[in-house]
Amino acid sequence: MSLSLADIHNIATLARIELSGDDAAATLDKLNGIFGLIEQMQAVNTDGVEPMSHPQDCAQRLREDRVTETDRRDAFQRIAPQTEAGLYLVPKVIE
Amino acid sequence: MIHASIAELRAALDARSLSAVELATLFLDRIERLDGQINAFITVDRERALRDAEAADAAIAAGRAGPLTGIPLAHKDVFCTEGVLTTCASKMLANFVSPYDAHVVARLREAGTVMLGKTNMDEFAMGSSNENSHFGPTRNPWDVSRIPGGSSGGSAAAVAARLVPVATGTDTGGSVRQPASMTGVTGIKPTYGVCSRYGMIAYASSFDQAGVFGATAEDCALVLSAMAGFDERDSTSLDRPAEDYARDLRAAADPDRPLAGLRIGLPREFFGDGMADDVRAAVEAAIARYRELGATTVEVSLPNARLSIPAYYVLAPAEASSNLSRFDGVRYGHRAARYADLDDMYRKTRAEGFGAEVKRRILVGTYVLSHGYYDAYYLKAQKLRRLIADDFAAAFARCDVIAGPVSPTTAWKIGEKSDDPVQMYLSDIFTLAVNLAGLPGLSLPCGFGAGELPVGLQLIGNHFDEARLLNVAHRYQQVTDWHQRRPALAE
Repeated sequence: MSLSLADIHNIATLARIELSGDDAAATLDKLNGIFGLIEQMQAVNTDGVEPMSHPQDCAQRLREDRVTETDRRDAFQRIAPQTEAGLYLVPKVIE
Repeated sequence: MIHASIAELRAALDARSLSAVELATLFLDRIERLDGQINAFITVDRERALRDAEAADAAIAAGRAGPLTGIPLAHKDVFCTEGVLTTCASKMLANFVSPYDAHVVARLREAGTVMLGKTNMDEFAMGSSNENSHFGPTRNPWDVSRIPGGSSGGSAAAVAARLVPVATGTDTGGSVRQPASMTGVTGIKPTYGVCSRYGMIAYASSFDQAGVFGATAEDCALVLSAMAGFDERDSTSLDRPAEDYARDLRAAADPDRPLAGLRIGLPREFFGDGMADDVRAAVEAAIARYRELGATTVEVSLPNARLSIPAYYVLAPAEASSNLSRFDGVRYGHRAARYADLDDMYRKTRAEGFGAEVKRRILVGTYVLSHGYYDAYYLKAQKLRRLIADDFAAAFARCDVIAGPVSPTTAWKIGEKSDDPVQMYLSDIFTLAVNLAGLPGLSLPCGFGAGELPVGLQLIGNHFDEARLLNVAHRYQQVTDWHQRRPALAE
């Protein structure tokens, strides 16, 4: 499974990581190496095998639908890049 | 005092022949003098350490000391520590002062330990050499031109150089066991779910597990007992009765054959040609020693073990791509200085904040989860995970613990493998399967290879068998002295 430069740019877009022209070429090279390694998986027949998402096959624990968190907004926003009136500021999205 | 065990330190502190402040100062001064050669620490917080040490002294004076009161330790910089820089060795979090404590940090604080600082690591726990750090590589105290292993290289090196008696780490694919092996210390990763992951900055959520480094299994057992336990804030934390992991170490045993009855499984796939000669020699000598201690050995098979590399390098990056999507410059951490719009802000922030290996793994993970590729990669890897876990279950029907190498080689030179990610991934061959199966694993020093470089023996247990693993390591440490050897640092 060999990736192309277009593939790399698509993945970088999905991952929201800017990739310059030079970086993209170098990354393509390294990623194709990694995918070469990953291809080894195809050597084994896994028909009928149940996928395992948790090492002890546990399901996520549920809890009561009660508010248990305290309001720590001030502490959390103290370290934010830009805030105002309790809101996080980002570049305008809606025109 | 710097080479004393936790038990010896406890006795000295309780007898008031040494105060917690003096003890913390001893190690803090040592860090100041020697860490320049090793770069094990990202942050050292002397003021806070001395305040905590004073509180420990008060507790000791009031007769309220527990087993760990006043014991200095360091935390891997992946654990959130309230009011203290928590960087994950990344530019992305280089300015992140955590507003809360990780569960493990809080438990160790409640137990009275004195945190001296935060240790260096591979960025976001992704790496096997501690070369992927925004703050420079950590160096192996046994040979400072070599890697200490990763990703918990800073914690391992700090304990090896006795800059701190114990340190926490995390192990997602081997990141406690492998650096322990490379630096000649003992390190344990418990069963998945035993330690809470709350506040442990996530890399791969179904693999990540907190662990501990110490000079001995006994020291590790004491710290693990304080770290472990149910936490409702981690939905994968297991609700099980509290355990004293040192209990088997105290049990009386036949002094000549303390491990009589123990069946050690030796996976044939781990003893093929995947080990360097010097590693093989040390590992086989250790196994021979175990037979002298009364254990029997039995050959077992883990036929799908070789697939642990591709399975892990699909699943862990996939989980990482999801976990690291939170780093977007909005609420904390790095934000790009210039951007055209919100999307550009995300793209530039993440391009600037993440190092090359982290970016690579996010991209791999994004790809294997994307439309059209999910079945062939992610789902396939989850099926392999099942096969690997089943292999261990079958093996444990015939043995009590599994033994083998930790790493194919001893520590390599800084820069030797950093150009080729695949070479680095291949070196994880003996450790990954344990995380895929969620089993407990431990590395203990068992000898030296060429160039006086440490070799570790890996012990793998069945689920929740930490106490037995630690005891098996402990009995070996009663009759050998590999764990007492110290690197020679320019003092």
